Amino acid sequence: MKTIGLFRFLPALTSFSIAFFIIFSPALKAQAPDDSLSTTSPDALAVSIAPPTSLVVFDYKYDDGEALELTWVPSVDDLPVVGKVTGYELYRSDNGGEFYKITELIPGSNNFRDEDLSTGVNYVYYIVALSADARAASVKTEAIQTHREWLNFNLKYLFLIALIISASVIYFIETARRGKKLFVRKIAGLEAVDDAIGQATEMGRSILFIPGINDMDEVQTLAAITILGRVSRVVADYDTKIHMPVSRSLVMTAARETIKASYMAAGRPDAYSDDMVHYVTDEQFGYVAAVDAIMVREKPATIFLLGSFFAESLILAETGNSVGAIQIAGTARPAQLPFFIAACDFTLIGEELFAASAYLSGEPKQLGSLKGQDVGKALAMLVILIAVILATISEIRPLETVRYVLDFLIQVFTIKT
Amino acid sequence: MKKTTLIIMAGVTVLFLLSWIIKALALEGMQEDYIKKAFLVTFSAFLTLSILSFLYRDNPFYKFAEHLFVGVSAAFWMSMGFWSTIVGNLIPRLSQNLSVFFKVHYIPGDFNFRFYIPVILGLLLLMRLSRNYGWISRWSLAFIVGTTAGLNFIRYLRSDFIKQISATFVPLLVDWQGTGHFFSNLDLSASGQLVMMLANWTIFLGVMSGIIYFFFSKEHTGMFGRASRFGIWVLMITFGASFGYTVMGRISLLVGRITFLFRDWLGFNI
Repeated sequence: MKTIGLFRFLPALTSFSIAFFIIFSPALKAQAPDDSLSTTSPDALAVSIAPPTSLVVFDYKYDDGEALELTWVPSVDDLPVVGKVTGYELYRSDNGGEFYKITELIPGSNNFRDEDLSTGVNYVYYIVALSADARAASVKTEAIQTHREWLNFNLKYLFLIALIISASVIYFIETARRGKKLFVRKIAGLEAVDDAIGQATEMGRSILFIPGINDMDEVQTLAAITILGRVSRVVADYDTKIHMPVSRSLVMTAARETIKASYMAAGRPDAYSDDMVHYVTDEQFGYVAAVDAIMVREKPATIFLLGSFFAESLILAETGNSVGAIQIAGTARPAQLPFFIAACDFTLIGEELFAASAYLSGEPKQLGSLKGQDVGKALAMLVILIAVILATISEIRPLETVRYVLDFLIQVFTIKT
Repeated sequence: MKKTTLIIMAGVTVLFLLSWIIKALALEGMQEDYIKKAFLVTFSAFLTLSILSFLYRDNPFYKFAEHLFVGVSAAFWMSMGFWSTIVGNLIPRLSQNLSVFFKVHYIPGDFNFRFYIPVILGLLLLMRLSRNYGWISRWSLAFIVGTTAGLNFIRYLRSDFIKQISATFVPLLVDWQGTGHFFSNLDLSASGQLVMMLANWTIFLGVMSGIIYFFFSKEHTGMFGRASRFGIWVLMITFGASFGYTVMGRISLLVGRITFLFRDWLGFNI
């Protein structure tokens, strides 16, 4: 009986629905975001998908006032395999202006960081879910401005670690300055430097110094130039010839200054010549072709390959080996170290390159710096040991305190940007 | 010049011309500028063979290729530095008159006084050319070295120190449910538990012994020395694996060059 009753009223219900739709459709339109509203609103009415909800925008913390972070709950029709949503479009209005699309996002997206913004501008956003035949817009956000922060507290632990290492470096430099002797273990490759230069002098042949192919903004090049200071000092004392082809103009300038200073310190400024260091080319393999030729034609007695090297490392080391030179190499590039180890007589591995200058010079500043770095290494070993023990314990028996301390250590050593 | 050298050079020149003609005939009808294309392919092959001839010994052909390469590349990088960095990037942001002079588009919105800092530092570097005021160029160098050291301190502290430490926070016993359970369920293909444990032990011991090797404040003797020796073993095994991997990459470069010689130059269908 009830079913028959409903059917009786069906035509009336349909008419009423159509009338309702015609009367109130302008009001419904007004509720949808404008703009572009001309494009989104009609679609929003023809909704065959649900819009994203809970769109929230907030200032991105600890930046220079350049970013806002947006999060939302994806459309309920945004499902992994059977979902109708094909993507999202994010719209923005600046200072009450027209909305315009700032990005397109893939299905499943629920956050976006809007970057390159300016302070003092009011930003309003809304997001549109897209399907093959429909669009559904979220409500608009409140107007928001970006804010600048003076300090980035995400980096507080990085600052603390840097502070500890810097403090230990300063402490050891001061200790060395006060005259306390600081112990540094022997580094095999460096013991050979004086002998290699001496041999070149005896043979009456030159020394070739290759500082890698990077510019002065590379720490390894700086380390190479520092070692050059010591090498050129011995060269000046022994009156040996030194030849240094470089691939960067700034390295040429720095190297000339360094060698000149060494010759002046040795009391032989007249023996210095700018021709000792000369520029070849910035091109990697052009430089290699020229240096190989220099090795074969000049047949230097000693070759230093110290600095930042790339694919040219084996070509240079192998050519140097073929002319019978004593080769002392050093780089912190793990991919190139095997070639130096295979083809050179002595190789400074990684940090030994940086320790070399301190070891060779014996200056308080450099020795103190080396000691300070060792404090950092000791600290690293201690932290690793504690964390590994805690991680192992928590695998065997989940204890809350152990997990808490481990999480804290992970937090300290996970740097957010 | 020796007579033999002259004969060899004449022979190579004849071969070069022959190759050019044959290549041009082969390309005729297939490409519009076939003579130019044939010359470029032949010249590329000649330069490739000239560089490879260094494997035999130093010779005039290698010298020619070397000097051409160095000269062209040095000039290229210099003009790139001037036209791309100074004219292309700096002048459009600094001066409208200079932009007009160099016929580049002036960008008034990008003007910033900060751009004068590199200009001044660059000019100071050029003071090296003066005998009396050459020392001023050291200021620019000091600026570069100082900023490099400062910026890289944080960069390396983050990537080479802190991230490496946190990556070593591994449990030495993975998914541990007791010794008896472990031995009764020793099925590598099923769980990989043993493999994971071995990997974690390798990471832990490798990192610890590696750090010990690079510890300079203590003599490497006794237990410390043995740990350091283990560290250098770990490093050498790593380098060995890296050596093989990189050599394979270089072989592919050689294959690329040989493919050029045989396919593009000699016309073999490989």
